Amino acid sequence: MSAVIADSAAASEAPVKRGFRVWLRRHPTIFFGGVVLILMAAVAVFAPWLGTTDPLALSPIRRLRQPGQEWWFGTDMLGRDVYSRVIYGTRVSLSVGLAVAVLSSVVGLAIGLVTGFVRWADAIVMRIMDGLMSIPSVLLAIALIALTEASLKNVIIAITITEVPRVVRLIRGLVLTLREQPYVEAAVASGTRLHRILWKHILPNTMAPLLVQATYICASAMITEAILSFIGAGTPPNIPSWGNIMAEARSLFQLAGYLIFFPGLFLSVTVLAVNLLGDGMRDALDPRLARRM
Amino acid sequence: MLYYVIKRLLATIPVMGVVALFVFSLLYLSPGDPAAVIAGDIATEEDIARIRSSLGLDQPYLVRFGHWLGALARGDLGTSIFTNLPVSHLIAQRVEPTLALTLCTLVVSVVIALPLGIIAAARAGGWIDRIVMGISVLGFSIPVFVLAYVLIGIFSIQLEWLPVQGYRSISEGFIPFIRHMILPSIALGVIYMALIARITRASMLDVLAQDYVRTAQAKGLAPHTVLIGHALKNAAIPVVTIIGIGVALLIGGVVVTETVFAIPGLGRLTVDAILRRDYPIIQGVTLLFSAVYVIVNLLVDLSYTLFDPRIRY
Repeated sequence: MSAVIADSAAASEAPVKRGFRVWLRRHPTIFFGGVVLILMAAVAVFAPWLGTTDPLALSPIRRLRQPGQEWWFGTDMLGRDVYSRVIYGTRVSLSVGLAVAVLSSVVGLAIGLVTGFVRWADAIVMRIMDGLMSIPSVLLAIALIALTEASLKNVIIAITITEVPRVVRLIRGLVLTLREQPYVEAAVASGTRLHRILWKHILPNTMAPLLVQATYICASAMITEAILSFIGAGTPPNIPSWGNIMAEARSLFQLAGYLIFFPGLFLSVTVLAVNLLGDGMRDALDPRLARRM
Repeated sequence: MLYYVIKRLLATIPVMGVVALFVFSLLYLSPGDPAAVIAGDIATEEDIARIRSSLGLDQPYLVRFGHWLGALARGDLGTSIFTNLPVSHLIAQRVEPTLALTLCTLVVSVVIALPLGIIAAARAGGWIDRIVMGISVLGFSIPVFVLAYVLIGIFSIQLEWLPVQGYRSISEGFIPFIRHMILPSIALGVIYMALIARITRASMLDVLAQDYVRTAQAKGLAPHTVLIGHALKNAAIPVVTIIGIGVALLIGGVVVTETVFAIPGLGRLTVDAILRRDYPIIQGVTLLFSAVYVIVNLLVDLSYTLFDPRIRY
């Protein structure tokens, strides 16, 4: 206890920078997850300058070279450089994760706010959401992708549709508790308009849980994208993605395990970083939960 | 109790209705004209129109949905575009391996994760707790198929302990069946185990903080008697709930696991159907898996009375 007091005392008298460092030390998972993600984002942005060659360039003479000095991660069955493909693949995973997290949060937030406040909409919308949630999400995404041609945009839309019901349920639950709060009741009683109550009183209180949920959605979207690509229903083959690289190695894995290993490692580390960031933020934003989960 | 069962069954109707409507819309919106496919290359416009009306494809959406529901009630899931066989027939052929895999995974996961969660809660903050929680975060982060290949690489290729791929029916002998099930069940189960271990730990911690547990400890009961005899039963409801909800993870994972381990089950059927754009199969499997998921969670709800007699329906 005294350590905590000493800590906060130090934080209050030291400049902001020092306080930030103390905060980071108390939440090592946020630090680790954040650093790995910033690195991955840098890799995605600077992919062309990281010693990569054209990730699509075929070269039949150098097919299936083992990883080594010349080909860091080896080459695949078409002679493409796996290192370049993995580095460029970072772009796909990160953009799918981020896009799905943002889109499903925005859509889910809007639907959740309305259903939490409008009785008749609640009954209908929640039945639809229950229905969507009882279709296992990978199957739902597969079914949606099967309708359209494979493209990055369609993958993002399909995964977003599978994630929206979870956000709606979270926000609706929050809104139902918040609207019972005395300050909201007071606002309603004093004749504040609905949109103003939503905007001023309800929305700010949904942000912390939504942020945590969005982080987990980002992680799950990256895994779903990889699964879809792996079974041939995801990102089209002309875009190098981690799932694609592994999909093409399906029949070769006994011969060239590195084709699975490197993209699999990148994917797992990135998802782990996002999950740790989510855990850390959940603990930081809701200390009561920290001990339990 | 009976009243509650009936009420709960009725409540699943709108949910399954939404699922059915969604799945039907999938087929309705699917590109390509089945009538043109059946008519063949040399058919005239009139031929196609005739086939379309004989199949009822010119009817409005809701009428077709009604017909489709009627067929569904008779167990008719339509005909596969690629093989021209009834979808219900194709599904029946593939059910066994998938059922075997999911049941094995379910058993393995619960048997491993439940004790881990309990121990982690009993030693909260200790090293066992830290390791279990750390592994569970890892379990959430490693995709099923990556883990599957790592396991194959270690146990099948390097150590040569277990078969690389394939499936043996239990009728071909128990030992070969189990040998082929070990790696797929573990690969598929890890994320499920992570989920169960986490919830078990959290739920146990809640219960262990209650007064009656302190009373039990104070009157000198052995620690394991308190944990298993007093705490576990009261911590069971969230655990059973997550086991039911987690079945969705298993079903999604089955599709991938069967692909990696070359298991001829429903997941494999689905993946082949995607590549051939065989919509009736995708539709049939989606419908079946969703129904299983809804039924499992219905059973979970009903099981609450077993753990807590205070819950009376």
